[in-house]
Amino acid sequence: MTALLHVEGLGKRFGGFTALQEVDLEVQPGERLGLIGPNGSGKSTLVNCICGTLHNEQGSVRFDGAPVNGLTAHQRTRLGLARSFQLPRPFGSLTLAENLRIPILYAVNARGRHSLSGPAILTRCVELLGQVGLGDKAHRLPRDLTQIEMRKLELARAMAAEPKLLIADEAMAGLSHAEVDEILALLIRLNGQGVTVIMIEHIMRAVMAFSQRLAVLVAGRKIADGDPKEVVRDPEVVRAYLGE
Amino acid sequence: MVSSVVKAEEEREGLRGLSNLAFIGALILAAVAIFGITRWIGQSFAFFAAYVVAQYIVLGTAWNILGGYTGYVNFGIAAFFALGAYSSVVMHKLTPWMPLPVMVLVGGVMAGLVGLGMGYLTLRLRGVFFSIATLALAVVVQTLFTNWDFVGGARGAYVVPPRFAPLIGGAYVEYLFIVMLGLCVAALGTARAIERSALGYGFAAIRDDEAAAEASGVPTLRLKLIATMLSGAFMGMAGAPLPYYVSYLDPASGFNLNYAVNAIAMPLIGGTSSWLGPVVGAVLVGGLQQYVSVTISSAVNVLITGLLLVGFVVLAPQGIVGLFQRRRR
Repeated sequence: MTALLHVEGLGKRFGGFTALQEVDLEVQPGERLGLIGPNGSGKSTLVNCICGTLHNEQGSVRFDGAPVNGLTAHQRTRLGLARSFQLPRPFGSLTLAENLRIPILYAVNARGRHSLSGPAILTRCVELLGQVGLGDKAHRLPRDLTQIEMRKLELARAMAAEPKLLIADEAMAGLSHAEVDEILALLIRLNGQGVTVIMIEHIMRAVMAFSQRLAVLVAGRKIADGDPKEVVRDPEVVRAYLGE
Repeated sequence: MVSSVVKAEEEREGLRGLSNLAFIGALILAAVAIFGITRWIGQSFAFFAAYVVAQYIVLGTAWNILGGYTGYVNFGIAAFFALGAYSSVVMHKLTPWMPLPVMVLVGGVMAGLVGLGMGYLTLRLRGVFFSIATLALAVVVQTLFTNWDFVGGARGAYVVPPRFAPLIGGAYVEYLFIVMLGLCVAALGTARAIERSALGYGFAAIRDDEAAAEASGVPTLRLKLIATMLSGAFMGMAGAPLPYYVSYLDPASGFNLNYAVNAIAMPLIGGTSSWLGPVVGAVLVGGLQQYVSVTISSAVNVLITGLLLVGFVVLAPQGIVGLFQRRRR
């Protein structure tokens, strides 16, 4: 089976600072991968390089069998690579339904496999919002939402692009125990629908419940990758988190 | 549940109904009515004043396509406007037989191309840096025309309009007014069509959060180029009849700061979120300016615009249209 996402020798520098170095990562179709690492270890930079927000100087990213190096972020989204942002970045002047309309118009319709138009788009938007529990707020503005609702909107917008791979960048940070469970259930349900998910998270309870495989980034290098239970016992990982 | 929300939305859409064609039809009817009223007033000043207001509707709408919809503030309005005006001067010298609407089109194409070029060079800049770059463009273009002898250089050029209007008879200014009304119809029809299309949603996404737009599949650079090109083209078209209106064009008048100030102030005062905003702003501020320049003094114009702008930015940042549709969404 060929990997859905294949990152090889990825390197990224910001001036004199090496954010990522020789990172290899493979994700199989349908897999649930957890990605952890201390603050500043390069997780978000890796996401940005995979999604095309940043350009990696070294290494290559292959998605769905084809190289995506040099493609812009919107081209990668159209190929089926969606992400949510660490801090929710909703379109503030648009209603929730209109927020989801953007990826439907520009990612789903642009692919041209099945185009939605007029009322069908709205039905789809409301349906997606219903899936994350925001159905009754379809015509509200993002500023009316609570923090967890904002996270759900962020995920719903990523889902609206009908991705093959969803990268959830700290979708649970700052949420309460019950809210974390809610988002977790949402991501697992999404994975059940056939979407491959990479979860970047600090909340270990969620990561352990979610991940089939766990990768650890420390100071821009991947130091572990494998079965979650074994990875968290890896002495090198323990050292990175707890010190000597 | 889903169906009830969708139904409510469809009813809302129904109220704002009117297909693009029907809307343009309504605009044409309005334009004909306005021309009829202006003729009924029967003073040539009415035409001169109404022309200026119509010109600001086009300029304000053009600015709003880039500034209001995508959130990129262009200060280089005078460059595009004067480019249209000077392309008419060139054609007046080279091909005087050319009908005015064709000159308007040529002026629009020229300014649209410059808009596209400017966009390509500057749209990697965000926010205020983009604005500064556009300001620089205005200075560069003005310097070019000031030093171009063929169009009169710093001395300016005389463009004597025909005595009578073609087709309709009457004074030539009536013809100019019709051309400008036609441009209003074109600009407003375009602006409203954009608002209701995928393009409009893409523009709004760029305005709200460019990185998130890109992550949602919006080709941000291409959309921004479309916006700068359309915006520049309509500004150029608004400027193309100017030499015939003023009959003497020099860089100081073609590149006048008033055009830039008004084209930005009017959409802001009227409201940048919809096509109606620039219209309301242009009619209100432009009308007031025309009234004041006759009754008080023509120098008070800019003061009025400035005071209104400050007032609205403080008291009603969404503009007049925003006051009425505050809870529309």
